[in-house]
Amino acid sequence: MQHIVIIGNGISGVTAARHIRKNSDHKITIVSSETKYFFSRTALMYVYMGHLKFKHTQPYENWFWDKNSIDLKEGFVSKINTDKKTLDFKDTSSISYDKLIIATGSKPNKFGWPGQDLEGVMGMYHKQDLENLEKHAPNNEICKRAVIVGGGLIGIELAEMLRSRKIPVTFLVREASFWNGVLPAQESEMINQHIKEHHIDLRLSTNLKEIKSDENGRVRSIVIEETGEEIACNVVGLTAGVTPNIDFLKDTGIATKKGVLVNRFLETNIANIYAIGDCAEQHEAIGQRRNIEAVWYTGRMMGETVAQTICNKKTAYQPGHWFNSAKFLDIEYQTYGWVFSERNKLENEAYFQWKHPKENICVTLSFDKNSNKFLGINTFGIRMRHEIFDRWLSESQSITHVLEYLKDANFDPEFYSQYEAAILKKFNNENNTNIKLKKKSWKRIFLKA
Amino acid sequence: MKIIKSLGFVLFLIGLSIFTGAIFTGNFSLTEQELDAYIADKGYKNEVIKQELSKAIVTNESLNIFEFSEKARSAFDAANQHYDELIAKYNAEKNWKKKGEQYQYKINGKPHTLSFQIAKKAGSGFVKENPGLLWLLTFGFGILGALLFMLPNLILLGKPGIKNDGIYLKAATNRGWIAWVVLVYLVVFYLVLYFKADYVVNWTFILDPISKSLNGGEASQWFVYGFLYCTIMLTMGVRMYIKYRHNKYQIIRTTSVLFFQIVFAFLIPEIMTSLNMPGYDFKNAFPLDYDFFFEWNLKSLQESGAIGLFILVWGVVLTVVIVPVMVYFFGKRWYCSWVCGCGGLAETLGDPYRQHSNKSLNAWKVERWLIHSVLVFSLVMTLVTLYCYFSGTSSFLGIKSQWIKDTYSFLIGAWFAGVIGTGFYPIFGNRVWCRFGCPLAAYLGFVQRFKSRFRITTNGGQCISCGNCSTYCEQGIDVRAYAQKGENIVRSSCVGCGICSAVCPRGVLKLENGPEDGRINPTEILLGNDVDLMSLVNDK
Repeated sequence: MQHIVIIGNGISGVTAARHIRKNSDHKITIVSSETKYFFSRTALMYVYMGHLKFKHTQPYENWFWDKNSIDLKEGFVSKINTDKKTLDFKDTSSISYDKLIIATGSKPNKFGWPGQDLEGVMGMYHKQDLENLEKHAPNNEICKRAVIVGGGLIGIELAEMLRSRKIPVTFLVREASFWNGVLPAQESEMINQHIKEHHIDLRLSTNLKEIKSDENGRVRSIVIEETGEEIACNVVGLTAGVTPNIDFLKDTGIATKKGVLVNRFLETNIANIYAIGDCAEQHEAIGQRRNIEAVWYTGRMMGETVAQTICNKKTAYQPGHWFNSAKFLDIEYQTYGWVFSERNKLENEAYFQWKHPKENICVTLSFDKNSNKFLGINTFGIRMRHEIFDRWLSESQSITHVLEYLKDANFDPEFYSQYEAAILKKFNNENNTNIKLKKKSWKRIFLKA
Repeated sequence: MKIIKSLGFVLFLIGLSIFTGAIFTGNFSLTEQELDAYIADKGYKNEVIKQELSKAIVTNESLNIFEFSEKARSAFDAANQHYDELIAKYNAEKNWKKKGEQYQYKINGKPHTLSFQIAKKAGSGFVKENPGLLWLLTFGFGILGALLFMLPNLILLGKPGIKNDGIYLKAATNRGWIAWVVLVYLVVFYLVLYFKADYVVNWTFILDPISKSLNGGEASQWFVYGFLYCTIMLTMGVRMYIKYRHNKYQIIRTTSVLFFQIVFAFLIPEIMTSLNMPGYDFKNAFPLDYDFFFEWNLKSLQESGAIGLFILVWGVVLTVVIVPVMVYFFGKRWYCSWVCGCGGLAETLGDPYRQHSNKSLNAWKVERWLIHSVLVFSLVMTLVTLYCYFSGTSSFLGIKSQWIKDTYSFLIGAWFAGVIGTGFYPIFGNRVWCRFGCPLAAYLGFVQRFKSRFRITTNGGQCISCGNCSTYCEQGIDVRAYAQKGENIVRSSCVGCGICSAVCPRGVLKLENGPEDGRINPTEILLGNDVDLMSLVNDK
């Protein structure tokens, strides 16, 4: 029996712990300075919005950890001694380990803006950020306006949160259109409109110059780089992406770049030390993935994988086909395979796009213009089956095959209007083809690969 | 918009206050002639009752219903007491013949029921004389106020979509003081309705004209309850239509429960009664309809000719064939959240409280013990009743038929399904009865769990464990526990309301009917990871 210590109780660390427990009787300790019990970070927004209480964000009841013999240690690791295999904590306690998994996640980016450490400036990542927001923006009397800096997924979530309490929001986005480094123009533009419909003051192509302080060291206003305009506000949300949370690893001898450098087996340069999740950085990219992937799903997959290795089934991290999802205010988004924005499109990549004339519903299918091979799909306002797209990607199906059988992939609730016929009609018109839509077939849907 | 909302709220409170206040109004007394007519009509052989009632309620004093009830119940009590004393006397004298003769003079019935029946005749006053006006001031104000309160949400809630903002920040929906006030009101309402109906006889006066036009008779407390039930469901149904206007499943499902409540549970039985048939709710399946096999019902059906026979056959076929076959194809949702009246109230009036069901493992254990015990209880009761009915005895296996029926009606029929089932909505959620008590749900649950095409499909690896599905599951299912493992949800208690799928921000859940093969799909490694690893670990 070995002692496995996991630093970080997010989805990566907890998934690793669960799978190690399933496959071994190792002693497992999870260390966290944020909260004692695992919670779903992606659900923090719903606590502020009043959809959930904090306890609802905890996927396991509190007895779960004791029942599964997973020790929880609250504390902040100040030092790692890789020779003696010990961890020192801020409170001077220390523990030793046989194997160490670093799963410390991310922290919000700060780009050295003047005033970025004032009272009332915050990210939206940790539970402490939620408490901070509750303190500075409990309602629209105390927080008369909030400014959000950074147009990504956390930014739009923070805007939605604040709007749920009727707090006026100005949203500064560096790009000319929301998230257009990732989304094709059709979708990015639709989200721009949707943001405005929610009475969010969206400022595109706009950068932050500085945050100004009042006499008590609290946020008073911000100044815009391009125009010099000053906007009075009580809260500034910094949501310009995240960086691996690994400052505590300095001088430990563990090799880092932006994140903790790992090989395909999620091993660091030091034996018996692994890194997974947001804080891990691959030496070389896997397929078209980034070296650091700060995504819930990849964190979970790395946790599943490293547990096998630790339980003597050495397994390389080999994520399957890319997938992701998000919700932009009222619009649900799912993606399977690769769809790059116009900015990052590959040379052989072409789009087929369809958009509902009135509703916020649209799809972009990306395909190889030489071979017609289907590369990926972005779907907005239509839910699609993960398994079906995963299968089509594995089978290297053509775009015409995908469209022909698109009904099999529909995952919207029963009775919803279906748009496959309209989508296919547009494709046939554009390409002078005559593909006929196949009826949905349970047999195909539940086919075992 | 906010002004309209506030106005509506005030109007609703006024309507509710007048409705509640109406109980305390009116005078209750009879003249000698009226009393004679009443006793003759009832056919009481009791020779003392006339004198006792005359003393008690033939009066110029203005009695309110509480004073009247007290006096009337004492009068009935005294009249029966008289014969009880004679019985005791003849018993002591061993005069069996005389003793036996006394029983025919006793008046059977629960004190508050006897009091209700006579109060119905004895009442006078503003409410009785102005039912139309009172209807407007109570039901009218209530409905109009509620609509004015809810309709502005069409605009105030913003674009269509899931709008659960502030649910856990408000006293009404976060178990705050408003929720407790509502709980007390509902509990008192049910206690009075079930056990002291005479106190609310004034309510029946308001609905007498409607009752007469529907079934030819005056309104009973059950007519009031049925009418109120439909009114509340319709009004709160409007709220559902607004809140879930982006979700066709919810719109169609809400329409379906409203239809079955209003047409099947309310109108058809009333019309049947007016045609001298036994009023029957054709969708109410045994064992939820626990008195279907009671002697009085079987007798009444036998005496009703062809229609009675049809109902008897239909009732059996419904439970034995239709219900399980439909559950096989569609899951128990076809009944519990599309047809059932209890479910209908839970899905309309109860929707604001759905988040309060307990999701802990312990609650699940309690659920399984309780609901299956009630199922066994109902079956044993029915077995005893039927045995006694056909054999002509009064007990079976040492269990008295009357005792077990009374006990079930009181504990399960009144307390569990009514007082607790609905009264506790604001604190324990809207499906307390359906989850912990309903014997039909238990039966459907077996079919759904072991032989059905229904499941909630989890969409591969897309779950982010946010917890919205579990929080808003009215049946207390920890949906997330399955979804985050990539596993389909196949649970006997799921009523298929579809809200977990609606509140999911990532499109992970879908209610569907498909092949049984692969319906239950335990997984450890989720879709999206290394294919070899997935098959290695999942195919154990």
